[in-house]
Order: sequence, then C-alpha cells, then structure tokens
Amino acid sequence: MIRWLLWALGGALLGGIVHLATIIILPRTATEDAYSRLARVAPVNTVTALPAPTPASAPMPFMDPAFASAVCRYDLSQGPLKLSVPVSLAYTSVSFYTRYDVAYYAINDRAAGRRVIELELMTVEQHNQMPEDEDITAADRLIVESPTLTGLIAIRALAPEPGLMPPAQSSLAAAKCLHAEQP
Amino acid sequence: MRLLLGSLFAFIVAAVVGLGATYLALTRGAAFGPLTIGAWTAWPKTGTVDADPYAQASIARLGRLPTALGDGVAFTASADDSGRPLDGRCDVVLAGVTPPARFWTLTLYNSNGELVANSVSRFGFTSQEIVRHADGGFEIVVAPRANPGNWLPTGGVERYILVLRLYDTPVGVSTKAGREVPMPSVTTKGCP
Repeated sequence: MIRWLLWALGGALLGGIVHLATIIILPRTATEDAYSRLARVAPVNTVTALPAPTPASAPMPFMDPAFASAVCRYDLSQGPLKLSVPVSLAYTSVSFYTRYDVAYYAINDRAAGRRVIELELMTVEQHNQMPEDEDITAADRLIVESPTLTGLIAIRALAPEPGLMPPAQSSLAAAKCLHAEQP
Repeated sequence: MRLLLGSLFAFIVAAVVGLGATYLALTRGAAFGPLTIGAWTAWPKTGTVDADPYAQASIARLGRLPTALGDGVAFTASADDSGRPLDGRCDVVLAGVTPPARFWTLTLYNSNGELVANSVSRFGFTSQEIVRHADGGFEIVVAPRANPGNWLPTGGVERYILVLRLYDTPVGVSTKAGREVPMPSVTTKGCP
C-alpha cells in the first residue's frame, strides 16, 4: 500500500513537471495562434488591412469591432524596417508583438505627438551595429528594438461611431512598413 | 514486474495530473497579477514583455493578440456583481462610470470570442456613442429585446462575455482596485 502511495506521489511530482513543460512549450507549438493565423493572410514586410470582425468570421477572436485594423508581419533578417502610420481623427495605436504574440511595445498618436507616427524597427544587434554618429544625429528618430527576428505590428484606428469607419480605414491604408534602404 | 507496474502507474498519474492541470489552467484563463474590480478583471501585465507563461499559453491557444499596455487595458466580465453568469436571455444593467481614459469601448462576445449576431448589427459601444446622465454617469442595458437608451443586444445567447477596453489610460500594472478606478456595476435585472 505504502509502495503504491509512493508511486502516486512520484507520479504527481512528475505531473507537475509535465504541466510546467506543456505550458512553456505550448506557445512554440501552437498552430492556431495569432501569428500563424495572420501568416496565412498577411505577406511579410508589408501592411495588410484586416477585414472587420463579424459574427460569421473574424481574423482573430476578441477583436475590437470599433477599430479599423491592419498588420505588418515583419522579418528583420534582411535589415531594419521603417514604419509610418498617418494619425486618424480619433485614436491611432501601433502595437508590436513578438513571433509568440507577446506585446513588447506600443505607442499611440498622442504619445507620438505628430500627424504621422514614424518608427524604425530593428533587432538589438542591428541597433548596436548602427554607426554612433548616426545615432546621435538621429536623436529625434524613434527606434524600437525587436526581441525576435520576426513578429507582428498591429496598426489600429478607432472609429468612435460606425459612420467614421471609412475614414479610419482610409487613414490606415496610407500606412507603410518598408525596408529602411528602400525609397 | 512490480517495478514495471509501479512506474506505469506513476506515469499514468503524471499524465493525468500534468495534462489535467494544463487543461484547467488554459480553460480558466489563469495568469498572474489579475486586477479585479467588482465583476471586472484585467491582466495588465499580460500586455507587456513580462507576460507570464500561463498568459502566453492561453493567448497562443485562443489565437488572439493581447492589448498592449501602451495601448490600453482590457477588462473582462463573465458574471454579474453577485457572481451569476451573464445570461443573454436576461436584462443586465451596467451603471456607473469608467476609470480615466481617452476612449473606451464595450464589446459583447460569446465564450469563443466571436461577435454575436443580432437584428441591429450592434456589437458594442464606444465612449462617444453613449448617452449619459447629467453627472457623466451612464447606464447600458444588455438585453435580448430592444430597450430605450443605450441598448446592447445579446442575440439571446445563453452565455456571453463583456469586454471593456480602456485606451490611453493611466490604469496599468501598478493600479490597485480602489476609488480611482471606478468600474460600472453589473446587475441582472430580470430573467424571463
């Protein structure tokens, strides 16, 4: 009897390890996470407008229907990216996610303080390789460091009422996400 | 033989305990650092790089993108103030004010995070669409049938989730539940 109890105790301890391991591995193996879903519709390093969520279909669950949204699925292996997002009438935000859907940075129109939110996205390594003098002269440049080589940029513009959805969408249509050396 | 049976038993226990705990954690949406105010719960830390493994796992499983903290905070309610699950066949009244934010939106989802079809194709409100009282407070009626004032249709579904998202808000990781973060009350008024 004692022997079986000990086996059960050992099993429970091993179960704890199994539990922690599955929780940690799950984001790496998920095939229906936001990045994988969007990888099917969004080409790399370009801004793709997402259809508004409806009861019948939505690109992702729990999307806010009051927003016009677009994504740029990025890959920094060919160098840094330049992102420019014109600010819409009400509220515009740009959120950055890693390959595993962890939000690591976000900025909104008021924090950016301009009519166009302009950012440069690069890896920590690419940032370190930047010539120092360029870093100083470009003090007003907003540089975001991505912890991963690939990831997602979610660009969203609020339509405070349904009638304002078309202008919100058209302001997002002018958003750009390009390789830095491209004109 | 005894050793074989014993270790087999231990492995079965390990699988049941380990996978069962993972399943429970994911279906309950467990994560560290919840901020609970009345019927509403938010996980501000989930929208940062410090998101814990539980939050990351449940995000990956649902396939959603969390609201980044620099963007806003999302409060979720699946039950009313007395703990009764939100029922789409009942009249539920949201009353009060929200914490400071430049904008907020309220959205109704089913338990899978999908919008719920209804006759007027209204899935939520933004802070600008709401009709308010003279003191700035508001009342939203979440009900299957049309109501005067701020009516959010439920489409008659059995269970639903309300998500109140505050955009550009001082509410964040260090916020404690208290008077500076007043959330609207959630009350079930009448069930047929």
